[in-house]
Amino acid sequence: MLQFSLWDILSNLLIATQWTIVLSLIAFVCGGVVGLILLFMRTSRIPALEWSTKIYIELFQGTPLLMQLFLFFFGIALFGIEVSPWMAATLALTFWTSAFLAEIWRGCVESIPKGQWEASSSLAMSYIEQMRYVIVPQASRIAVAPTVGFSVQVVKGTALASIIGFVELTKAGTMLNNATFRPFVVYSLVALIYFCLCFPLSWWAKKIEGRLNVAR
Amino acid sequence: MNYKLQFSELLPHWDVLLWGLLFTVVLTVVSTVAGIAVGTAGASARTFGPKWLGNLVAAYVEVIRNTPFIVQLFFIFFGLPAAGLKLDESTAAFLAMTINLGAYSTEIIRAGIEAVPKGHIEAGISLAMTKWEVLRHIVLKQAFEKIYPALSSQIIIVMLGSAVVSQISAQDLTYAANLIASRNFRNFEVYLLVALAYLLLAMLTRSLLRGLGRILFKAK
Repeated sequence: MLQFSLWDILSNLLIATQWTIVLSLIAFVCGGVVGLILLFMRTSRIPALEWSTKIYIELFQGTPLLMQLFLFFFGIALFGIEVSPWMAATLALTFWTSAFLAEIWRGCVESIPKGQWEASSSLAMSYIEQMRYVIVPQASRIAVAPTVGFSVQVVKGTALASIIGFVELTKAGTMLNNATFRPFVVYSLVALIYFCLCFPLSWWAKKIEGRLNVAR
Repeated sequence: MNYKLQFSELLPHWDVLLWGLLFTVVLTVVSTVAGIAVGTAGASARTFGPKWLGNLVAAYVEVIRNTPFIVQLFFIFFGLPAAGLKLDESTAAFLAMTINLGAYSTEIIRAGIEAVPKGHIEAGISLAMTKWEVLRHIVLKQAFEKIYPALSSQIIIVMLGSAVVSQISAQDLTYAANLIASRNFRNFEVYLLVALAYLLLAMLTRSLLRGLGRILFKAK
């Protein structure tokens, strides 16, 4: 019988960790792009756009990420397209991330004093120009800390992709557990690797937040 | 798209869904109460307890906040039996949820406690109140009022996160959905329905908590 040493388990988990990182990065970057578009729609003061974004955000924040993964996985298949776990996970995590980021960033935009909007509009700036040159440069400073903080949620969210069969860290842990029957060791290592990925991000977010408070 | 959605095929399984919904609700309520109790104890220990205890609580909070819930769940359900502690799936689900919410609420409540002005505590002590009385009547009362909205959103996040307990075969709403999908292969319909149920549950929880908050903190 094949024997697994501790090193075998760890090295296999580390290989799978790459996919956790790749999926997190894709979800975060794509989610950020979609989130930015949503932010512009949400703050556009065009009722139809604001309402549709509001409903979008409510839908993705009010349902479990697991359900979203299932719906993408089985929903796209209804159109006769073959869905890989990879595609379903990327799409679901992207949209889920975008909803949260849009809401976080909206908070930052709204914390900019009203006078800034009024001043820039009295300079005959269009909405896009106001956002581009006045609001976003100021709001983005406040946004860094909560955005980095949310990236931790994205990394943790990728763990759910294991349920639809995407082989990342958690799925590798389950597979290794089935092969080795050493759940205590395997899941401790899985948790440790996640901790090593997430803790620096949490720590960094806290540090930025602290720096911002001093500046005020 | 040639596929026709057939929700009528879900009708015969309404009882399975209802039991699942009930389990999710009970799971959320019980672990919310237990989790907030853990959080209150943790936050009090961190701010007023001895240093070693504070560090221990800090480590607990960081470990839970920086690992996925599903891994915590697997560790408790699959890992702990190897160390000699066997739990059935429902107990493991309750325990994991409580531990998870406990960590997050420790951090939330701690923020509330730190926002209580020092003068209030000193005033309490100078009125010959004991340490416990100061903690209960002055510190925690004000702290909870401040952090109530944050705690409410965390409760909803935990409720939505509870969908994961289906993976250790705890019979919640998602488990019911998986079960029905495996019987009639109407995966999309059943998950759509259940997602909607979660959405309604989240909205309902939010308005209930808002109402409760109004009753609890109306003195101001």
